[in-house]
Amino acid sequence: MNSISLGLAEAWRLLITFDADLFEITALSLRVTLSATLVATLIGLPLGAWLAINRFRMRRVVIALLNALMGLPPVVVGLLVYVVFSRSGPLGVLGLLYTPTVMVIAQAIIITPIVTSIAHQAIRDLWADYHDLLISLNATRWQRIQALIWDGRRALMTAALAGFGRAIGEVGAVMIVGGNIDHATRILTTAIALETGKGEFGMALALGFILIGLAIAVNLAVHILSRTETGSRW
Amino acid sequence: MKLKSLAFVATAVLALTINLAAARAEDLKMAVTTSFANSGLAEVLLPKIKEDTGLNVQLLVVGTGQALALGAAGDVDAVLVHARAAEEKWLAEGNGTHRREIMYNDFIIVGPSADPAGAAKAEKATGALTAIAKAKAPFVSRGDDSGTHKMEQRLWKAAGIDPQGDWYRAVGQGMGAALNTAAGMNAYILADRASWLNFGNKADLKLVFEGDPVLFNQYAYLPVNPEKYPSVNADGAQRLEEWLVSDTAKQLINDYKIAGQTLFVFNAKAE
Repeated sequence: MNSISLGLAEAWRLLITFDADLFEITALSLRVTLSATLVATLIGLPLGAWLAINRFRMRRVVIALLNALMGLPPVVVGLLVYVVFSRSGPLGVLGLLYTPTVMVIAQAIIITPIVTSIAHQAIRDLWADYHDLLISLNATRWQRIQALIWDGRRALMTAALAGFGRAIGEVGAVMIVGGNIDHATRILTTAIALETGKGEFGMALALGFILIGLAIAVNLAVHILSRTETGSRW
Repeated sequence: MKLKSLAFVATAVLALTINLAAARAEDLKMAVTTSFANSGLAEVLLPKIKEDTGLNVQLLVVGTGQALALGAAGDVDAVLVHARAAEEKWLAEGNGTHRREIMYNDFIIVGPSADPAGAAKAEKATGALTAIAKAKAPFVSRGDDSGTHKMEQRLWKAAGIDPQGDWYRAVGQGMGAALNTAAGMNAYILADRASWLNFGNKADLKLVFEGDPVLFNQYAYLPVNPEKYPSVNADGAQRLEEWLVSDTAKQLINDYKIAGQTLFVFNAKAE
């Protein structure tokens, strides 16, 4: 109990003093996760839509596989990405290990199945409504995907936000591929793990509260900017 | 309107994605053990290293096992660890150029303040462990192939005990996490002095045994072999080594104290 109040007080102190280190790791957390969410969305939304409107032989298997991959353990993804980008690995020459870029790659791998699965689910329902209309308008496949993505944008935003939510709180993968290097690849979650290891529970909780606040702020910002919950049905 | 706000979000996201790569000082990646990082000595040494050599030393804080693995994979430029047998094997495999001893600190046995096993009365470290094993008092082991874990295994072997049973808990984590577990279970644990002094969650634990020379813990600096990995910053690793064995380093290391206690003893030899 004492640690919680200590954590809240510490979080407050860090915020009102504009702590430079806090600002740095928070900004990096946000940059890495927003980039990963962007990548995952660019892959996941069209892929989800494509899966919804196409019928092919392995469709059921692909969908089951995507659903299963939603539970990918981040530490396994981290290890795989590490092995690939290690100097002794196939992409080692790129020298990307222990950079924010490789952290984005790892997080994007973790959340793409989630974004794709939720997008697929949403668009499949929409496609049931739109099927006859789009077919009768003789829309091309790409036009169909565009129409479905646009009209399903609200559910798709939920897909992107679900991906963001999983990535912003992820620690296992970024710890391995980012290395938690001070002033280079340290983000909120790895800093929390570090402070916990030092037995500094107050500081760790303070960073945890800031992480929660950040997630709420991003979600609120997206909702306000996209003006949800205002019209009768947007 | 909706389109505009969506475009705004997209632009904001893109702006954040762009890497603001500022001009940086020369980076050197060094894998170090958790016990070294937790000691706080790095915060004293790194700014001075940057000032004297221009090297921006980036620390990867892992266990000795992983530190050597990162060096063997060419992902760091040097390692600073404390497990002599593992270091020599690593060198024999051609992963590094040489091994340079820098300093030592010591291990201690931490346990419940009531000391139910009577480990404090032992004369030698092996005696303390024997007392704990006999009493079947809870003991937390790092169990992560780190230098501390290897030292613990050596001590059990020297005591002629194969630690097994409910009382022996291998957590497979770093020093800090293992200390947290020991604090939670009110168990005995082998820790390095620096991590213990800097540890913020001591609960009912206290230092129960110290001072046996077998508990001395030698840190060595090992540059990664540039012939194996040309991408390694060999020149930087060389300059860092020269700094680490210099008089400046000697003074900073010997003068570093927590709670009035000296943590490290500099013992690098001039070549």
